[in-house]
Amino acid sequence: MRERQAVKLRLSGGDIAFNALNYLFFGLFTLLCVFPFYYLFINTISDNQVSSLGDVMFYPVGVHFGNYVEVLKIRGIGRAALLSVGRTGIGTGLMVLASATCGYLFTKEKMWMRKFWYRFVVVTMYFNAGIIPWYITMNTLKLTNNFLAYILPTIVSPYNIILVKTFVESVPASLEESAQLDGAGFGIILVSIIIPLIKPILATIAIFGAVSQWNAFTDTLFLMSDAQYFTLQFLLYRYLNEAASLAALLKSDPTLMANMDLSTMQTPESVRMTVSMVVVLPILFVYPFFQRYFVKGIMIGAVKG
Amino acid sequence: MTVHAATRSTSKRASLPDKYKLFLMVLPFILLVLVFSYGPLFGWSYAFFDYRPGIPLSRESFVGLKWFSALVSSPVQRAEVMRVMTNTIAMSLLNIACSVLPVAFAVFLSEVKTPWYKKSVQILTTLPNFISWVLVYSFAYALFNTNNGFLNGLLLKLGVLQRPVNFLADPSHTWLKMCVWHIWKTLGWSSIMYLAAIAGIDQELYEAARIDGAGRFQIMWHITVPGIMETYFVLLLLSIANFISNGMEQYFVFQNPMNRNRIEVLDLYVYNIGLGGGSFSYATAVSILKSIVSLTLLFVANGLSKAIRGNTIL
Repeated sequence: MRERQAVKLRLSGGDIAFNALNYLFFGLFTLLCVFPFYYLFINTISDNQVSSLGDVMFYPVGVHFGNYVEVLKIRGIGRAALLSVGRTGIGTGLMVLASATCGYLFTKEKMWMRKFWYRFVVVTMYFNAGIIPWYITMNTLKLTNNFLAYILPTIVSPYNIILVKTFVESVPASLEESAQLDGAGFGIILVSIIIPLIKPILATIAIFGAVSQWNAFTDTLFLMSDAQYFTLQFLLYRYLNEAASLAALLKSDPTLMANMDLSTMQTPESVRMTVSMVVVLPILFVYPFFQRYFVKGIMIGAVKG
Repeated sequence: MTVHAATRSTSKRASLPDKYKLFLMVLPFILLVLVFSYGPLFGWSYAFFDYRPGIPLSRESFVGLKWFSALVSSPVQRAEVMRVMTNTIAMSLLNIACSVLPVAFAVFLSEVKTPWYKKSVQILTTLPNFISWVLVYSFAYALFNTNNGFLNGLLLKLGVLQRPVNFLADPSHTWLKMCVWHIWKTLGWSSIMYLAAIAGIDQELYEAARIDGAGRFQIMWHITVPGIMETYFVLLLLSIANFISNGMEQYFVFQNPMNRNRIEVLDLYVYNIGLGGGSFSYATAVSILKSIVSLTLLFVANGLSKAIRGNTIL
């Protein structure tokens, strides 16, 4: 008994210093991760003149929310937002549906040449023809300057099919067999029995799929030259890189210039930061709901094809 | 008669063997894979022609391996390839060297015994992983630009700087800066996997070690670390397979005329000369070589895994 106490005492001496340093380090790193989000946010709700001088550093000055209203009036932004939402909703929905269908069907040993077709799909994870052949293919299919380019290539995701297939294999076969005896076809079994049972994995791939659709940027860069197909991410990139064109855009727009109150008038800085916030807000909004899927998502990912 | 025909056709459809029915149901998806994943492989033939956009391949002249030898044809070209490969390898090596950071992050975070603090750190440090590189660049711009950036403002106010510094265009330490941004974005996320592995370590091991009088660091080193080495090793092997494919998005958004020479990795180079510069055939030739090397590395990593762990990663 005395010995145990001694051990405890000996440990707690160094423990205090260790814990203090450990907690401090994690506190600082967390702050480092969060500060950019906070910094952009306080700048978007501050007096635009103070903000453009760089004087909003730790807390907002002259709070107003006009930027979030004004920014949507800029030509192209409303449309870009609609495209971003559209590709995320439609693209993710079809991807989940395809993953569920393929993941389920590939567990059916009866399928004609099942092993071959499964490998035919899965092996595409390991090679990539490169962007020029990709561009030429998309161009040949008339998928440049075409909204479908955001959807069609992302429907089949080999990785997600593997995840779903592994999950379906863990579902007891007896559930399916009884339905089969009742004369249900594969489609009905998929919709009424399998999908309700594999909801957790479908939710996981839906979340990760939606984030990658929302964040996608290079496909617009490669395939779209017509401004009407620009997504929010791409528009933001343009605003960050083409300061001159953004300033011109602001000057040329009479509705934006009609607002002569300097503290709320749009500046290139305010537009950049507000669009950034508009891009990040949906992620922040769904984040608390989906962070509980992280560990599940990663751990299932450790399964091989 | 028509009723009869209808019933016959349904019964005929029902009698279609399950094995073909199942196949027909996946066929649409197989076709999508065929078009979007295998289709571009035919584009590799452009590397053997003098391709100019807009003219069909049948009317282009076949040039054989011209574009492959162009890679090393002149001293200027050789220097260019060397520069791009140096950037690629340097950034990959830096990232591989930094891959122990998430391990350390997880080991030390699991020593934080206040549940709410641990959870908050985990959730908030993972957040940057879910934003795009464009947004990361937007943050970088807001914080480091010359006119009204946070850091310049702070350093000027504190008197550390006399004149603002253009941190983003400054080409010095480009590799290191890119590595730091990469860490900022992925450290929290990468550590989740290790935290999950740590959570799976048998608690009795810790009990036993404590009773035997092991100190905190001894426990961390002899129980926690071995418990996650397997996971670390698999990820390390995968990063060997991706050694020359470090992606282009991060480097694309951060590139500017000042830092281009140091930031241009292979994937970005292919984009810059291909879609950016219009040398379709040459860029395709580079892509082909890259694919061959990548695939070789993948098999090497797989073989290593088999030899050392007795388990493949593919």
